[in-house]
Amino acid sequence: MQSSAARKMTPEGWLEPPPLPHHYDTIENHQAALRFGMWLFLGTEVLLFAGIFLGYFVFRHYFPESFEQAARHLSVVLGTANTLLLLTSSLTVALAHHNAEHGKNRNAFWLLMASVSMGAGFLGIKAVEYTEKFHEGALPGKFFSFSEITAPGGPVFYVVYFFSTGLHALHVVVGMSLLTWVAIRCWRKEFSPTYYAPVENAGLYWHLVDLVWIFLYPLLYLV
Amino acid sequence: MTAPITTAGVPPAGAVFPKKSYLNDGTTIRSWLLTHDHKRIALLYLVAVLIALFLGGVFAMVIRLELLTPGPTIVEALTYNRMFTLHGLIMIFMFMIPAIPAVFGNFFLPIMLGAKDVAFPKWNLTSWYVYIAGSTLMLWGLITGGADTGWTFYTPYSTTTTTNITPVMLGVFIIGFSSILTGLNFIVTIHTLRAPGVTWFRMPLFVWAVYATSIIQVLATPVLGLTTLLVAAEHTFGFGFFDPARGGDPILFQHLFWFYSHPAVYIMVLPAMGVISEVICAVARKNIFGYKMIAMSSLGIAFVGFFAWGHHLFTSGQSAFDAGAFAAISMLVGVFTAIKVFNWVGTLYKGAIAFTAPFAYICGFLFFLVFGGMTGVALATVSLDVHWQDTYFVVAHFHFIMVGAVIMGFLAALHYWFPKMFGRKYPENWGLLAAGLIVLGFNATFIPQFLLGNAGMPRRYYEYPERFAALNVASTAGASLLAFGFIIIAIYLAISLKYGEVAGRNPWGSRGYEWDVPSPPPTENFDAVPVFTRGPHEYQDVPEELAKVGHAI
Repeated sequence: MQSSAARKMTPEGWLEPPPLPHHYDTIENHQAALRFGMWLFLGTEVLLFAGIFLGYFVFRHYFPESFEQAARHLSVVLGTANTLLLLTSSLTVALAHHNAEHGKNRNAFWLLMASVSMGAGFLGIKAVEYTEKFHEGALPGKFFSFSEITAPGGPVFYVVYFFSTGLHALHVVVGMSLLTWVAIRCWRKEFSPTYYAPVENAGLYWHLVDLVWIFLYPLLYLV
Repeated sequence: MTAPITTAGVPPAGAVFPKKSYLNDGTTIRSWLLTHDHKRIALLYLVAVLIALFLGGVFAMVIRLELLTPGPTIVEALTYNRMFTLHGLIMIFMFMIPAIPAVFGNFFLPIMLGAKDVAFPKWNLTSWYVYIAGSTLMLWGLITGGADTGWTFYTPYSTTTTTNITPVMLGVFIIGFSSILTGLNFIVTIHTLRAPGVTWFRMPLFVWAVYATSIIQVLATPVLGLTTLLVAAEHTFGFGFFDPARGGDPILFQHLFWFYSHPAVYIMVLPAMGVISEVICAVARKNIFGYKMIAMSSLGIAFVGFFAWGHHLFTSGQSAFDAGAFAAISMLVGVFTAIKVFNWVGTLYKGAIAFTAPFAYICGFLFFLVFGGMTGVALATVSLDVHWQDTYFVVAHFHFIMVGAVIMGFLAALHYWFPKMFGRKYPENWGLLAAGLIVLGFNATFIPQFLLGNAGMPRRYYEYPERFAALNVASTAGASLLAFGFIIIAIYLAISLKYGEVAGRNPWGSRGYEWDVPSPPPTENFDAVPVFTRGPHEYQDVPEELAKVGHAI
């Protein structure tokens, strides 16, 4: 990126790819390494969330009643709206990837910005839900004071709820930052059929954020 | 495997120290701290882990001095608890986990693959800074907050202790990131940057071991990260995830913790095994016996290691079926380890063994691994474990298998690769003397602890009955011997850095790929992309100039 100003514009209308790091012999090999590295990193993310999912199943097994009661107090409408937002944002990211791969940097830029705004919308709805929980006292651990959950285990449900959705929201923020970063690079027309791994990797990360939510949504809101 | 064996001779005369190498390519502090060269990053890690080893060693000596007499000796009870917490956390997270992969892996993995660097050099440097940041936060938290939980952070004690453990947990979380970055970098490097001729089954065995290690680092560490976050949140905000009073489950902590911390044992041991596989060929001057078996058993240990964590919970109210299943799976690790041991011994058989310091460490390694491994199989037997649970027997067991193996592997690697890394030789006589002291000292420290544990002395106790006194004195005496050995090594290696005899390209006459580059290697390792036409452990057609090796005896 620091060299983007020095790089020449090709006749096709995109910048030349950045210089190949000295220890790679071909640009394909470098792209493959970047992509493989991202997949491995996503593997670590899956394991990170696996721990909290394990917690969910353990405590659901201990306290099936309070988990059911608590799920009924989550807004299915807001949860579904958020699911739709994230799924659509994943679609626009996939389209952005496709456009960047064909050198259509401006299209990719607008599609990525659409994804970022949908991410922001997701966080907004999440904030509304969190505020409601704070007013009701539907909170984790020692802060729990929600009278409508009568069965034991309410505090633990909200630990799982806030920890999993909070960790996920943090990933949404990171994902939005990554998408904004590659969107700026799209605006500078940096991507081309030979060089588009950053868009692909940021997109992969966003798809993972989406995927985690696809599991959280039914477990927390629907089951 | 009937390789013709060449005997040792004199080192090639007239080796000259190369004018340009990675060591003098930029001499400012900035050129070191902002380097992307994997070899310089390896040296940054080497400095950091040696400081960690020193600190952990000092705290170990405080523990041993305190236990010299049955009553209070030099510190108070609470200070004693802090000392074993500091010792455990520093040695595990700051020394043993990065020791071999981040130092020797970083230095040699690219060279052994014929690559100029690791896949992501910037992330490689980042991982070092992340390690330093996490370690600093952890140490600051330990010293100012006075955590006294032991390195295992068992709940509910860790979530209710009045000491401030939150920065410690966050420090461990951050160090975990560094470990993930290193592992990820190595896996991608191995997949994408092998030079022509380095097929999967022509990779040096050290690379196979680091590969298996990296898989564990990448897959297990995130779970520890989540667990430390949960404990920190629980301690700070009273979440109650692990607190039965609020519906939580303390046993869940043990499951999550050991899901990382059991495989973490193999993060420490597997690279040491890789070092032994490399060094043993060079000292025996023979082809490795059973290359594929050794390579695959590394992956086998990595795989089985993920399903053995339950043997830490035998006395935590597991069902009899779970306990039996975890016991059986744990014993499988012993099978894979035994495959390696038999192959190493097969390699030594009828070899022309050069009795050098690296070989002395191999002997120590084999002894500690076999002895520690056998006690491990014994501990994996549920009925026996109930007797030994939380006694010094367990302490002695894991110091033998984990610490013994890592220290032996680390020192073997340091001595074997010292000429390659710094271009100079260390004095072999001093090397052998220190190796003797260390192997002897280690045995003298921990064999008494096996006996103490079997006699019923619990771990982590500040005071003990009079009848345990003699063995505790023996253990402390052994620890002093060990410390003395380390001091000797530090002195002669520091002197050799500047005044050692110039090593030349291949002072051991080794066939490993890394010995084909100059010592110390140039910044880019190779002038052009190398093509390897032989395997890394093939000694049957040693050319005359490579067949000569110098050693003391």
